[in-house]
Amino acid sequence: MSAPRVIVVGAGPAGVRAVETLVTHGLAPTVIDEAPAAGGQIYRRQPAGFRRSLADIHGFEAGRAGRLHAAFDALAGKIDYRPKTQVWTVAGTRILTLRDGRAGDHRFDALILATGARDRVMPFRGWTLPGVYTLGGAQVALKHQGCAIGARTIFVGGGPLLYLVAYQYAKAGAGVAAVIDGVGATAKLRALPRLAAGRSTLAKGLYYVAWLRAHGVRVIEGALPEAVAGADAVEGLRLRDRRGRAVTVAGDAIATGFGLEPETRLADLAGCDFRFDAGDRLWLPETDGEGRSSVAGIYLAGDGARIAGALAAEITGERAARALLADFGQARDPARDAVLRRRLGRLDRFRAALAHAFPYPHQAAAAMADAVMLCRCEAIAAGALRAAVRDLGCDDLNRAKAFTRIGMGRCQGRFCATAAAEVLAATSGRDLAAVGRPRGQAPAKPVPLTAGADQ
Amino acid sequence: MTHPRYGSFDRVAETDRRALRMTVDGEAVAALVGDTVLTALRLAGLAPRVSEFGDGARAGFCLMGACQDCWLAVDGRRMRACATYVRDGMVIVTGWGETG
Amino acid sequence: MTAVDPTEVLIVGGGGVGCATALGLARRGVPVTMIEKGLIGGQASGVNFGGVRRHGRALAELPLANRARRIWPRLKALIGHDGEFVASGHLRLARSAAEMAEAESYAEAARAYDLDLAILDRRALDARFPWLAAEVVGASFCADDGSANPRLVAPWFARAARAAGAAIHERAEATAFARDGDGFRVTTRDGRAFTGRVLVNAAGAWGGRLAAAFGEPVPIETITPQMTVTEPAPYVIVPVLGMISGGLYLRQIPRGNVIFGRGRGVADMAAGRARVLPEVSLDNAAMAARLIPRLASLHVIRTWSGLEGEMPDGLPVIGQSRTTPGLLHAFGFSGHGFQLGPAVGEILAELATSGRTTSPIAPFDIARFAAAGDG
Repeated sequence: MSAPRVIVVGAGPAGVRAVETLVTHGLAPTVIDEAPAAGGQIYRRQPAGFRRSLADIHGFEAGRAGRLHAAFDALAGKIDYRPKTQVWTVAGTRILTLRDGRAGDHRFDALILATGARDRVMPFRGWTLPGVYTLGGAQVALKHQGCAIGARTIFVGGGPLLYLVAYQYAKAGAGVAAVIDGVGATAKLRALPRLAAGRSTLAKGLYYVAWLRAHGVRVIEGALPEAVAGADAVEGLRLRDRRGRAVTVAGDAIATGFGLEPETRLADLAGCDFRFDAGDRLWLPETDGEGRSSVAGIYLAGDGARIAGALAAEITGERAARALLADFGQARDPARDAVLRRRLGRLDRFRAALAHAFPYPHQAAAAMADAVMLCRCEAIAAGALRAAVRDLGCDDLNRAKAFTRIGMGRCQGRFCATAAAEVLAATSGRDLAAVGRPRGQAPAKPVPLTAGADQ
Repeated sequence: MTHPRYGSFDRVAETDRRALRMTVDGEAVAALVGDTVLTALRLAGLAPRVSEFGDGARAGFCLMGACQDCWLAVDGRRMRACATYVRDGMVIVTGWGETG
Repeated sequence: MTAVDPTEVLIVGGGGVGCATALGLARRGVPVTMIEKGLIGGQASGVNFGGVRRHGRALAELPLANRARRIWPRLKALIGHDGEFVASGHLRLARSAAEMAEAESYAEAARAYDLDLAILDRRALDARFPWLAAEVVGASFCADDGSANPRLVAPWFARAARAAGAAIHERAEATAFARDGDGFRVTTRDGRAFTGRVLVNAAGAWGGRLAAAFGEPVPIETITPQMTVTEPAPYVIVPVLGMISGGLYLRQIPRGNVIFGRGRGVADMAAGRARVLPEVSLDNAAMAARLIPRLASLHVIRTWSGLEGEMPDGLPVIGQSRTTPGLLHAFGFSGHGFQLGPAVGEILAELATSGRTTSPIAPFDIARFAAAGDG
């Protein structure tokens, strides 16, 4: 049997372990990644000439980051590695790519999509002002560029990333104006027992919070962002707490996010089926227990299939590669399969507890004021969506896009669809699942008009 | 010549790097090797573009090539500022060339 | 099987034509029910290029296009929304002397139909539209053609029709058509039976299926025009563009996005969708950048296609059935029905109520296919 042509898209934790597994079993996959170097977002390598140690950048995760980088470096010469290359659609058994402004394509017998995640955001008044970034973006600025997004950054949102990035900023000597957690203290205490399933991660999280408090950082729990103060730049942030009281915090930059959501555009364009996950309140690509999508020959791994963190991503990356190898006739080692299953089971319990402890603030999102700019690319306010429901009986997210332009901008709904779905469901009186999900349209990211032109 | 103030990034580490020259809308802006175009702009209090729909300047959002908020022209080619590394002598034009 | 209250006129198909017909009848006080298999305007009516154009049509269509052109500027009063109609002009581009001659002879012939066209040579183009590539040697120009937003028009027509008393059912796919005494019965997938004295076939790409059910099959093909849209860019291209040779059609909206179409995708009739072919998208984009060099720095952000019914002569089927009294057809608009919709709706309302229409529809008679159709 001839070796299948395998393409792996994404060189973060999941992609790297998938590639490593394939190479160990004698294959020479093509590895496509947008970034100039492997590591994904979480273990993004510093530009050449930067001197900080892995410990300086990654703290507790330094060991994992180092091992992942080393694992990928060991694959040099054994793979067809194509960095700085985007995949803009999947058509049958080909991926279509863009590199340096030129279109290309590659055939595959099997495809592993390990496309990672992005921040899950809740729009608020003024969130498009210069100086407002995602938590992930604020972290990239520090880890990858040695910069804070401002001199006095306000951190607002929910989930583990909130405290982690605030802690990283404070440790690096960057000014932290305040940390505002959408989840109240009582709710977090209630979640504690289930979170204990991930002992070390929980311990780290508690450590970050404790450290911040001990260093005099103002931590406000149970409040959500309502409006940015400032005309051309951030001057502060007005919050609303559970009792409806307004609090204004001063600062010159804002880092916001309420967890992560998978980057699933390519799975969608490849024709994979999706299912609605009521716990996450998200549409996720369907996978069997081993990473197989609904399309034969296409496998999904890492946060790009479901948010579960970097460690789980390494495991699901390996697992998807092992499923691929088995499907193409290689014998399996059930002992290793069992190890992966056990580890993933433990991580999954913690993942579910985290999702429960740090839910997306969907009621607040659904109730956002009419004047909030829901779609940042096209500058469309939430009121326009409510008007479409009222005037045209709109009850479907794709219809909403057609009527209001929400999701028609350059980011193609990446940062507005989640909140738009909540507003639409609440306004039209339907379940979130019933309003549907945005229908994928190529290209996954903007492609120059001249990409396919003769030189 | 004063630059518009849109708030700015704060360098907290890795300050010992070679300086590069670049211009943004005709004015010299400082950068260090390894900076992205967005980082250099934000350190200077600048914004890569202005919203087409009248709500003012945009200075990026996700810093990882997903939000599409940081497009500008680099040496005549449109690029995302957050994913483009400064090279010596780069000529940057913000937005579509209509911003000041 | 659930019987729905009988109506006077039953319309199958909720696109631009169906919705305009429903409004016309409701305004005349005629009981009317419209059934649409998906969502109003969800097929070709909602995903087309958006050209509102008389320029370049077959001469036989011009009387209908003229009638429609008088309706378009009145949409706000008629349906509560202007459909974003803008009369920004329409240019048909020539890239050779032969094409210029064709443009001139069309302009000559069209004069008899109240279509006033200007012929522009390259110097005139340089003065008014300098962003056109040198390969364009000239153009004909229709100052009062323009464009509108196809996503809004049919839904706002439907809204007005409902307000005037029409019953409109979405997500109601017709699966069987039959006579019911002197009238008609249409059964839907969810088990409802709709009856009416008159049946209007406004079923678009599926119109041939309905016609065949009443013994008059037609050689309708499904086509899937491929569309592309760019990011917003500075607004420079004001008129809508087409090529005399066929091929690319392009327009820029004031928000800045450039929309263009050319070529074909792949139809999936069962799913009611069309698939985009990525190589065709790349080709179309390259062509747009060649035709208008300043577009070369723009990015494509979205592509789509849709299902449209095309007749071999490029003319729609409009008018009374040849086999079945009370059955009216209006389908097969071959990729250029958007502008005609408001007029065709009025024509069908006239036919349904009086059996006659003031517009000349003989060229669109379904009988022209009686010899060519199978069976």
